Amino acid sequence: MRIETLFVANRGEIALRVIRTAKRLGIRTVLGVSEADIASRPASEADAIVRLGPAPSSESYLAIDKVVEAAKKSGADAVHPGYGFLSENVRFARVVQGAGLVFVGPDPEQIEAMGDKLKARAFAEKAGLPVVPGGEVSNKKSLARIAEKTGFPLLIKAVAGGGGRGMKRVNAPEELERQADFAMAEAQAAFGDPGIYVERFIARGRHVEVQVIGDGMRAIHLGTRDCSIQRRYQKLVEEAPAPAIPPEQRAKIEDAAVRLAEALRYRSAGTVEFLVDAETFDFYFLEMNARIQVEHPVTEEITGIDIVEQQLAIANGAPLGWKQSEIRFAGHAIEVRINAEDPEADFRPAPGRVARAVWPGGEGVRIDTHIRSGDSVPPHYDSLIGKLIVYGATREEAIERAAKAIRAMKIEGVTTTAGLHKRILDDPRFRTGGVDTRFFEGLANG
Amino acid sequence: MADEFTLSPDDVADIIAILEKSEYDSLDIQTGRFRLRVARSGDAWTQEWSSAGALSEAAGPAVIAEEEAIAEGFAAIRSPLPGTFYRSPQPGAPPFVNVGDDVKPDTVVAIIETMKLMNPVHAGVSGKVSSIEPQNAEPVDANAILMRVALR
Repeated sequence: MRIETLFVANRGEIALRVIRTAKRLGIRTVLGVSEADIASRPASEADAIVRLGPAPSSESYLAIDKVVEAAKKSGADAVHPGYGFLSENVRFARVVQGAGLVFVGPDPEQIEAMGDKLKARAFAEKAGLPVVPGGEVSNKKSLARIAEKTGFPLLIKAVAGGGGRGMKRVNAPEELERQADFAMAEAQAAFGDPGIYVERFIARGRHVEVQVIGDGMRAIHLGTRDCSIQRRYQKLVEEAPAPAIPPEQRAKIEDAAVRLAEALRYRSAGTVEFLVDAETFDFYFLEMNARIQVEHPVTEEITGIDIVEQQLAIANGAPLGWKQSEIRFAGHAIEVRINAEDPEADFRPAPGRVARAVWPGGEGVRIDTHIRSGDSVPPHYDSLIGKLIVYGATREEAIERAAKAIRAMKIEGVTTTAGLHKRILDDPRFRTGGVDTRFFEGLANG
Repeated sequence: MADEFTLSPDDVADIIAILEKSEYDSLDIQTGRFRLRVARSGDAWTQEWSSAGALSEAAGPAVIAEEEAIAEGFAAIRSPLPGTFYRSPQPGAPPFVNVGDDVKPDTVVAIIETMKLMNPVHAGVSGKVSSIEPQNAEPVDANAILMRVALR
């Protein structure tokens, strides 16, 4: 089949991004919008819009039946879910297909297989990918056995846990039992479940991910991205390729990602995330995201491949257009996320009307944004207002361009993270490259 | 929502490349649907888009709630940011406060949900809640009056 009308089930910059590629390919676009987004830029660039409902996501972008009904009525033959919202919702993918529409993404079974973290870990392990050594502790004997496997230091975590509660670092075998007792008591108190598991402690971890594309038969990779600069697990800066990793180790990480995609018979674009030890470059599978990612443009910039176009081609039933050896990597790309948040006030959201949005432009500068001067950032959705993506022949050139571009940028009316990015781009640790996920703490204190 | 021609990011890059070689510092393009201003900024370039309809108020201030009079002996608890006003910590739970309740400065009186984050609102004053303005789950602007408190 051939997609003629595409329904975009998302909003903001990614909706605009998808609309642009679809237009270039001669595909008609229909955008589902909430009441808050009727006057948005994506709405003005889509060929048609359909109202989904009131502003709150639960009554619009997350309302599966409304979205699918709108897509059907609009005469669309396919649905692109973007990222976030319903993009990794198994039921949504099934309902779309049940309505006779093409879901521009992987098969629902593949979303399901990667959706549960523990199941995904087991699947990856079976496919031969390294996972962080460790396991669930059922009694004192198993505790000692697992600790032997992980070595010291190790981390004890609560199975039901989160936010660091019930987490203990154990430096030596003689502390193990006592700390395990503590951790279980804490886990019981905090979560009502004393279950714990043990993991190798990786002092300096980097977040490195691999873009993969599969057609259901075979898969290729489009290289690595480094997303180690995060605050509370929210990515702030991404770059491609991941810097300062020995080439042979990088190749192993990329091959592991392809192996997982092929074991899944993965059919779309996806991202395999790894934890990489910043000192030894040992790597461990973390999870797979079965959708397009916010940071996909850095990969597009170094490969020249439009990932949305590939998603659409594969959804159309086409086989992969390349062999791995035909993918060429050139230069370096960096993306910084501009959020309507106040970094000086604990990143408090700062929605409102953007009186002026003066974005940078020019050679090597790409802006993915839906925000024009006078547009509103509604309080109902996430705070991303734009992505600054820069390309350079070298990493140094890319950093220089990014620093220049962010200084030319002027957003008035809402507070943004732009100032924070100036500091990150000027930070000597970032300039050297290969920082670990504790970078942001160091920035805040330094 | 139109089939009309829009400039693509590549078109903008081309425009900047042409200007770069010229002695011009900026270019304004205005159509029925949009306005684009491309300008030199030091040794970098900027692009500013506006929708045609937004032009007249493009330089206006961000919308904030209107100032309302507060009677003597009373104080207003205002929303620290725009969002959705919630009176209780979760659906079905009892409200944080009711009219007639005593509050202290650190009493949590409501939650404002903004961009998927729950922001607690503190009373900020000591006194007795005399009115609660928005309905539960109603959207509110930044600085909007949420409650009035009879001061002690």
